[in-house]
Amino acid sequence: MADQQGRAAPRARHAHDHVARDDHGPRCPQGCAHGAAAAETLPLNAKALISARGLGVTRNGRDLLTGVDIDICEREIVTLIGPNGAGKTTLVRVLLGLERPDRRSVLRRRDLRIGYVPQRFDVDAVIPMTVERFLMLGGGARPEHAVAILDEVSAGPTRHQQLNQLSGGELQRVVLARALLRQPNLLVLDEPVQGVDYSGEAELYNLIARLRDDRGFGVLLVSHDLHIVMARSDRVICLNHHVCCSGIPETVAQHPAYSRLFGEEAAREFAVYRHHHDHSHDIAGVPHPAGEHEASPVPAPGGSRRA
Amino acid sequence: MLEPFLLRALVAGLGLAVVAAPLGCFVVWQRMAYFGETVAQASLIGVALGLALQLDITLGVLVVAVAIAFLLILFGQQEVVALDSILGLLHHAALALGVIATSMIRGQPIDLMGFLFGDVFAVTYQDIVWIIGGGCAVLAIVAWLWQPLLRLAVHEELAAAEGVDRRRVRMVFTVLLAVAIAVAMKIVGILLVMAFLVVPAVAARPLTGSPERMVAAAALIAGSSVLAGLWLSATLDWPGGPSIVIVMSAAAGLSLTAASLSRQR
Repeated sequence: MADQQGRAAPRARHAHDHVARDDHGPRCPQGCAHGAAAAETLPLNAKALISARGLGVTRNGRDLLTGVDIDICEREIVTLIGPNGAGKTTLVRVLLGLERPDRRSVLRRRDLRIGYVPQRFDVDAVIPMTVERFLMLGGGARPEHAVAILDEVSAGPTRHQQLNQLSGGELQRVVLARALLRQPNLLVLDEPVQGVDYSGEAELYNLIARLRDDRGFGVLLVSHDLHIVMARSDRVICLNHHVCCSGIPETVAQHPAYSRLFGEEAAREFAVYRHHHDHSHDIAGVPHPAGEHEASPVPAPGGSRRA
Repeated sequence: MLEPFLLRALVAGLGLAVVAAPLGCFVVWQRMAYFGETVAQASLIGVALGLALQLDITLGVLVVAVAIAFLLILFGQQEVVALDSILGLLHHAALALGVIATSMIRGQPIDLMGFLFGDVFAVTYQDIVWIIGGGCAVLAIVAWLWQPLLRLAVHEELAAAEGVDRRRVRMVFTVLLAVAIAVAMKIVGILLVMAFLVVPAVAARPLTGSPERMVAAAALIAGSSVLAGLWLSATLDWPGGPSIVIVMSAAAGLSLTAASLSRQR
């Protein structure tokens, strides 16, 4: 808590904090010119919580990320999709500062406070710890807040349980609660619905959208499922080592790059989670009870849906 | 009343029990038992270094222990061979090098057994100063870094993403571990020093529900084991260090048995 802020403060002299080296160093002879050009054509978004231009990561001679531009702003839900091995998790790790990019750097707003829900959370039973203690460990909160947040993610009864006694779904909600309890302005979720059933997935997406509305944080969500994207996403970024295309959920599916990447079939099958609150142009127009969902396919250009 | 040598053994053993408890818990939480074992076995090189340069042996051991710990961290950064195998390599290499190095020391013959198994009854006042001084420093730093250490132990990447400086915290912890090993080696010996850290923590785990209570329980178990072990040693004329370790191990065995039985019910 205090130790962290104490450590972060002296570095935060500038509006943006360089978390990794850029390539003005001697190691990359070409990157400099490329990078400068990229930075000129796409100026950094001043309102972004976190921002990167021309990001590149090379591991064992393979380019995992090349020339990736990304901004995440307040109140914005950005969904990152892409095939397996497209570099989604690498991009998230670089943005979080867990890995260093080889080319260019990530700029973070000075007051950036990240709440992170990792892809896998393996509890080691060898550390005795209750849920409440785990929540408090993230820092920046009082016990009464922890109780309220646990209720919010519907994990209230687990408060005094040991972490290693939780089920997979409970653990996931507890990890989300810890991220929220830090009062983040950026919430990063790496494939949060892995191992959660369909209704749990919809419920989680709703919860995230509602919390975003209440608190105004930005959200970066890595989706495990190419075809199903949260309808409340403000932007979908389709990644395959570079940004193939991006836009609102409906337009991404119609982008030629999307069909090239995932195939015509996938483009036709593309669906978004709709929450009836934000969809007045529903077929029947019948009011549905809140929290009910459907996955509705978006027709791709020229593609008729196969029966 | 107690003989002075017995009193020194008691003070040294109890002091060590208290210092080893939090470090031992972190070793168990972060699965670093084999790491510690490798650092411990390398300390024989430090003994030889200390004797050859006519330095304080504890200082020689400390230098070598820190050096080997950082070598391990460096080797851990390659991704071709698992750290487990690197440890298997280094811990034998270090022991072999230590035996060769001590054999090359001229002058009075070296009591290799004394270094391998320790001699708790040969503890000097100087050793006690090391234990109390070094121990207080170690405990103060652990208390200061408690929160970030715990966060890293629970989930390293999550803690790092939340802003914990994992490299720095890990390095400090590694140095603390090396200090503890260097100081404890004199008493329980190179081969048994990690038992002093790991065994009480293992014994404490099934009995506790919070990290702090686990540390407290480990300290209590280690302290009682020192008392019981020294009593056994004095009455049955058993070697001191091994007596303490065997009492600790019995406690861990009981605790784990109870945990297994209660799980089956």
